[in-house]
Amino acid sequence: MKKSRNILGAGLLLVGGLFLISADHIDAPAVAGGTSDITDFYAFQGENQNNMVFVANVQGLLSPSATSEASFDESVMIEFNIDTNGDFIEDLVIQAVPRNGKMYIIGPVAPMQRGLSSTLTAESAKDVTSVKITNYGEDAIITSKNGITAFAGPRDDPFFFDFAQYSAIIAGEASGFNNPGSDTFAGTNVMSVVVEVPKTMIGASGTINTWVESKRKQ
Amino acid sequence: MKISNKILGLALIAGFLGSCQTDDIPGNGMGVDNNPNLAGVYMQEDQMGRPAVNTVFVTSGNKDQFNVTTPSEQNAAFQPMFESTLLALNPGYTTNALGMDAPTFTGALATDVLNVSLDGTTTFFDGTNVLTGRALADDVITVELLLIFGGPDFTENPDFSDDHVDSNDKEFLTSFPYLASPH
Repeated sequence: MKKSRNILGAGLLLVGGLFLISADHIDAPAVAGGTSDITDFYAFQGENQNNMVFVANVQGLLSPSATSEASFDESVMIEFNIDTNGDFIEDLVIQAVPRNGKMYIIGPVAPMQRGLSSTLTAESAKDVTSVKITNYGEDAIITSKNGITAFAGPRDDPFFFDFAQYSAIIAGEASGFNNPGSDTFAGTNVMSVVVEVPKTMIGASGTINTWVESKRKQ
Repeated sequence: MKISNKILGLALIAGFLGSCQTDDIPGNGMGVDNNPNLAGVYMQEDQMGRPAVNTVFVTSGNKDQFNVTTPSEQNAAFQPMFESTLLALNPGYTTNALGMDAPTFTGALATDVLNVSLDGTTTFFDGTNVLTGRALADDVITVELLLIFGGPDFTENPDFSDDHVDSNDKEFLTSFPYLASPH
């Protein structure tokens, strides 16, 4: 089911004459169009200014009908990495893993290991924040626990870019952008994980370096 | 399904206790019933810090490798490629509005992390604050185009330095979860 939809999606993009890649949508052959394909990453101060919000989006360019069938892959972890001391190595992680209709949010916590591999144990989901994954068409389901607030489910893709015109420019078929441009991502959805945490849990003050990774269970 | 998970969980807890790591006995948290076994080794497939970095700067045969290179090793592995890409996109590049020459700019970009301030405004660029986060409404593509094509004062190559899509097609929310509902 999932696979055929991806193939259909790729076919439609080819018919449109575009190989769509963008913020990080379909950025590389190994992940393009799959369940681990990160489309975007955001980090910003929350409505409560004592909090920081992390957003990871995966599975981009979902049409409304594709969204109704989309789901998180239970074998894929979404991991927010936080470097608090400027060496570009993660000191803290927030790990999101879906299971049985819920998203389990582990952290912020010092990771058991750093780098390309992450290990969870049978105990990893104990006493963590979990939130029921919101279905397409439902109001957003939100859970807060120990100051951490979480959401997981389909949302509008917040990214905007005239990617079609950019592609035409790069292909030598256009001499510049149009004004006004046309948002290639209008009308499409993504699968989102949104986690808001107190700044005191991630360094309190100063500057952090942060990035998101998708990791597949072996 | 639910029951089998519970049995599995109990078995794992029993095994855990049997191994004498008693300082990790389940506390008053969610407990076994709501504690699925997420155990495993998870290997990296995709990675992202700033928007469009892999897409724009990494050559087509290297995009998968970039996604599985940790940020602390990205500069050494990819900065030269980023610099040649920048100069291919904009052969007239001298410095950008951040005062960065090509090696400095691409050196900063090659380590693909988002710098985020814990002390106030978080924005990719708002005219005053630079690279203190990334908010939903930030026009990050135009900022990047300006830094690549716009020259020292954002006035060069005006046909390439703004895609003239300045905002999202749906309003963002002021409260959690901030992103707009799906289409």
